[in-house]
Order: sequence, then structure tokens, then C-alpha cells
Amino acid sequence: MHIIESGNVAAAHGVKLARAQVIAAYPITPQTPLTEKLSEFVEAGEMKAQYIPVESEHSALSVCIAASSTGARAFTATSANGLLYMVEQLHWAAGARLPIVMCVVNRGIGAPWTVWNDHQDAMSQRDAGWIQIYCADHQQIIDTVIQAYYLAETVSIPVMVCYDGYILSHTYMPFELTDPEKIDAFLPPYKPAYALDPANPANLNTVTLPDIRPDIRGQMAPGYMEIRHDLHVDLRRAIDVTADIDKKFSVAFGRGGNPFLEPYRCDDAEFVAVCLGSLSYHLRDVVDALRKEGIAVGVAGVRLYRPFPDQAVINLLVGRKAAIVFEKALSYGNQGALYGDIKAALYPCADRPLVHNYILGLGGREIQTAHLLDSLRTSCRTPDAIGDKPVWLGLKM
Amino acid sequence: MKEKPFGYRKSHSEPGPGDGGRTGSWRVKRPVIDLEKCIPAKRNKPACFTCWVFCPDNVISRTIPPVIDYQYCKGCEICAEECPADAITMVDETIFIKE
Repeated sequence: MHIIESGNVAAAHGVKLARAQVIAAYPITPQTPLTEKLSEFVEAGEMKAQYIPVESEHSALSVCIAASSTGARAFTATSANGLLYMVEQLHWAAGARLPIVMCVVNRGIGAPWTVWNDHQDAMSQRDAGWIQIYCADHQQIIDTVIQAYYLAETVSIPVMVCYDGYILSHTYMPFELTDPEKIDAFLPPYKPAYALDPANPANLNTVTLPDIRPDIRGQMAPGYMEIRHDLHVDLRRAIDVTADIDKKFSVAFGRGGNPFLEPYRCDDAEFVAVCLGSLSYHLRDVVDALRKEGIAVGVAGVRLYRPFPDQAVINLLVGRKAAIVFEKALSYGNQGALYGDIKAALYPCADRPLVHNYILGLGGREIQTAHLLDSLRTSCRTPDAIGDKPVWLGLKM
Repeated sequence: MKEKPFGYRKSHSEPGPGDGGRTGSWRVKRPVIDLEKCIPAKRNKPACFTCWVFCPDNVISRTIPPVIDYQYCKGCEICAEECPADAITMVDETIFIKE
């Protein structure tokens, strides 16, 4: 069945279909309608879940950490400064290896105060140890939320499902609501390897000494560095798991097939634009226009940003003349974060392309097709003239 | 070789002695009980045990005489401070290293 609804409602349906058991969230624009919809589902008895109202985002994620520790499927969602308010618990959830799923409805962060879209909120948390997946349309939001639980519970790592505030969260698009029975057949129930049990008390993630130590049975227990090394190794292994789950989903539902990067007209492209989120679909129009001018250009939207799919980036970009990275965020004082990651991935390759960086759309500054067209055309026509530093698009003063 | 499962190592721990490591190595001064002054030792009766009550790490036994577990005693000096008979003195650990 197809319905026409907002991106936030698509996310809420994904959470409902995934049969999340505990939901805790604090309202913040543009995420609020998502959790409002979930509270409606719970109140109407359509979802068997505990909806726990909290006084802050820090508490929202704390509730999810507690719920997940007992073996419940937990969900929260936030945006911008709300995400920043839960940062301490973000790192905790990853270190504690709890398979929480959170939607981050991307919005710029203050100061100055803004409620509009960019990617600085999620980007600021790229090193928190969470998996980050970006969505480009409503169907991807609902499908990604469902797959996110599968992924998180397989690898014991929390997942952020990121989608653009307003551009996706508040616009209406048709998307398919898959039958719950088919989702149940796809997504196995959560069976935690360890769950909090009052009959067998334990200290969870207490002070872990710099060195390994014997536990009360005399067996060596890991120190902080072993636990953190495991997190990194498992994140790298999660790349293959992401591909496996995408394949299973494609077989079951006929959607997906591009778990790492979603390419458009890239097969014969000499130039490839790269970006996160819905911007890649906007750039498809630009690519079509430039193709008519005889420029061999394509676009690829990065779906999986953490762990970073280096090999897929190499496979897509090596041998091209230039990769043009459009970003709605940056590592202040340096360059676009995605730009840096792509350059790092390509560095060992002899036949690496030039890489350009455009910063645009911060705090909801309108991204005009004309700006994209001009900048991408310039990058393709005079690739050697751009240089290795971010170029700001759409600055007016 | 079979791959390790995901997240198989936890930093969870069960309550019990020694789970935080042998914290006795943190000690700079060692509490030593003078059994001539210690009330339960002197009277041979289960009396006082103020040191046992106050020890924050539960390393002093409620026995006659009380015994301090130096594997885990961090040397906080609370027992010496609280002992009503002044039976506990703090002795510099370097003396025991020389021995």
C-alpha cells in the first residue's frame, strides 16, 4: 500500500513496523512531528510500546540506554542542539554497544540560532562510534529505519538514521507501507547477547582501568583500550553486514541495492559529484542539464557515512578526472568533513581524481539549481583551477 | 578460523572482591592495628568494631582480632581516624618495601 505523507511520518511508520518497544524523545523542530506520530500510535493501541515522556534529550537517550540494556528495542529522535544535548549519552550508548536506533532530522546548530536544514548536527557526532546512514527520500527513510534495527542488533552498535529537516521531514511524498507480516519475516526479534537481570546483578560499564585486570573469577577482563578497539573493529566489519542486510532487503522488497553510495549516471562519467542526503537527488537534475551540454558527469549520494565505506569510494571514484564534494557542513578551521574523508580514501590510489569541495546551504540558505549548475560546470570545465580548499556557494555579503 | 561474534567482550563486572583490580597497590600508608590497644582484641569480646563500620572498602573483618585485607586496603586512614582507642597507626609503605 502506498500513502502520501511527510518524511517524519514515514520514519514513524518505520519505527512502528520495526516494533520498537520503548520510545523516549523530547520535542525539537523539525523532529517533533515524528515522535508526536509515535505517541499517537501508542495511545491508539496500534503500537505495543512504552512511550516515556522526558524533560530533555539527555534523559531521552538515557531512557533508551536503560531500555536497551534490559533487552528492549529502543527508539529516539532529535535534531540539532537536541542532539548536542545528548552527546555524553551518545558516546555512552556506542561504548556500551547498545543497538539503539535514532533518527536525526538534520538541522543547523546555534549560535546564531537557526531551525533550518544543514548537516552540522550529525556531522559533529561522526566520531561518536555510532553508525550513520543518510536518506535521500521518504521511501529510504522508512526502509532505512527498519534495516537500521537489523544492522544495530547484528553488530551491537547504535545507528543514526539521518534525513534532511523540512526538505524531507515536512514535505509530502508517496511511499510504500510494507505489510507488517513481511517486515516481521525480514526483521528477527531482538535477542540480546547480554541483558540486565536483577537475579544476576552486575556493574555495567563501570570504571574500567587502563590495564587489563583479573575479574572476580580470576579470568582476565578487557581494559578500556580493548573495549574501544573492539568497537572500531566491529564498526569496520559492519560495512559488510550493511551490504548483506541491503541484499536481503532487496530480495524481500525489491528496493535498495546501493548500501554505500547511490550513483546516478556515473557509469561513463569523467566527473562525479558526491554529497549526503536529499541533495544528491537535487543534483540529478543538474547532472541531466550538464549531460545535455556534453559534459560526462554523474552524482553519487553517500548512504553509509560511518563506518566510512573506503573501498566503495575508491571503486566509484578512481579513474575519474574529478570528484566534486558538495557539503552542508564543515570541520571549522579546516575543510568539509566528507571532503577530507574522500581525499583520505583516495590517497593510496595512483590514479586518483582531483577532489573539489563546495560548502553550501548552511542554516537553510537556499540551494539554487543555478548555483549547483554553475559550480559543477566550472569544476568540470576547469578542474585544475579550483584548488584544495572549500569554496562557499551562495554567500551574499 | 571462525570470526569472533560482534560485541562479545563487555566491560560489565560482577560484584565481588577484587573486581576493580588489586587496589592495595594504591596505598601510600598502611594501617597497622596495635592489639594491645584494640578493644575487641584486648577484651576478647565482639565489641567496638568501629573500624569495620567505617571502612569504605569493607576490607576490615568483624573478627577477634579485626584483620585488614592489604590486597584491597587503599590506605584512606578513615579507620585510624575513627578508632576510639587510637589502636591504628598509619605506617609508611616504604618501610615494608625495605623489609
